[in-house]
Amino acid sequence: MKLNIINMLCILIALSSGQISALEFKQVQAGESAVSFGYQQMGVAMEGKFNKFAAQVTFDPAKLVNAQARIDIDLASIDAGSAEANDEVAGKLWFNAKNYPTASFVSSSVKALGGNRYEVSGKLSIKGTTRDVIAPVTFQLAGNRGVFDGTFAIKRLDYKIGEGAWADLGTVANEIQIKFHVVVNAVPTKK
Amino acid sequence: MNALVLRYNNIAITLHWLMAMLIFVAFPLGVYMHELPLSPTKLQLYSYHKWLGITVLMLAMLRVFWRAKNPPPPLPYDTPNWEKAVSHVTHLALYFLLLAVPLSGWLMSSAKGFQTVWFGVLPLPDLVGKDKDLGHLLGLVHQGLNLVLLGLVAMHIAAVIKHKFIDHDQILERMLPKGKI
Repeated sequence: MKLNIINMLCILIALSSGQISALEFKQVQAGESAVSFGYQQMGVAMEGKFNKFAAQVTFDPAKLVNAQARIDIDLASIDAGSAEANDEVAGKLWFNAKNYPTASFVSSSVKALGGNRYEVSGKLSIKGTTRDVIAPVTFQLAGNRGVFDGTFAIKRLDYKIGEGAWADLGTVANEIQIKFHVVVNAVPTKK
Repeated sequence: MNALVLRYNNIAITLHWLMAMLIFVAFPLGVYMHELPLSPTKLQLYSYHKWLGITVLMLAMLRVFWRAKNPPPPLPYDTPNWEKAVSHVTHLALYFLLLAVPLSGWLMSSAKGFQTVWFGVLPLPDLVGKDKDLGHLLGLVHQGLNLVLLGLVAMHIAAVIKHKFIDHDQILERMLPKGKI
């Protein structure tokens, strides 16, 4: 807490002295961030989350060209609602987490949509398949911290998530909503 | 020997046999699906079981409501008192279980984090939140109530056999759609 206040003061002093043009957001607060997902199972809305992931973000609203984001998700850390489901989805037919332990998203570009809305394009790699995805993101500023929130949908069969009998879309739907909430602290940048 | 035997009305008879059919499917389905390894089939069977159970719950509520407005015909006057008493208690317990068994299943499902969506269309509210311990407890309650239900249905059927083949009376005909009475 004390450190945060000192941090803030430094930023304020730096800002007022004209030494610094902007804040760059790059210290990801893992404990406050979350990656979760939602899907339909037999017509029932289900939710789950990943307990372990690493995120790297570099974001300066004034220099979007340099914006970068990367999220690596430890697939075995999934919480799909029950121990039985967690074991199943880590298995061969789903994520095959033994051979493909990590899913990654790597951004390629960030576009401003106006206001606090942005659009991140990038590549999502899961289970040996890489595809382009586009995610709308909102950016909320609170003091020296920025909060990114976004949701996008993927089709699980595009990544062979759920093979064999599980490829039946009548039981577990193809569309998976992926939600992310990333809290990033700012550091001052020099001109 | 043959006292006057009165039939239940048609709505009561329809509800009785509908619920009997559904329970004779839902019960073995519940026992079977529980032991399956996780698969799409298992998820489907769980859904079908839940849909059947909620249907039983709705029919049972209708049955209780209907019975309150339309009292069942009295038992034949020559029915021994002990039989009347046993019959009364058994039926009361059966009505309780027709409501409590599906209700405990619904609550268990919610506590385990799986909402019930009737026939995949009508979402039922989660009356309890996700809670692992509560889910486990409600699972035991659901199982226990079902064992009592099994016992009572066995008694119910044993009574039919007794009346039909030992007493040779027309108690069963009270609940049949069409009979000699």
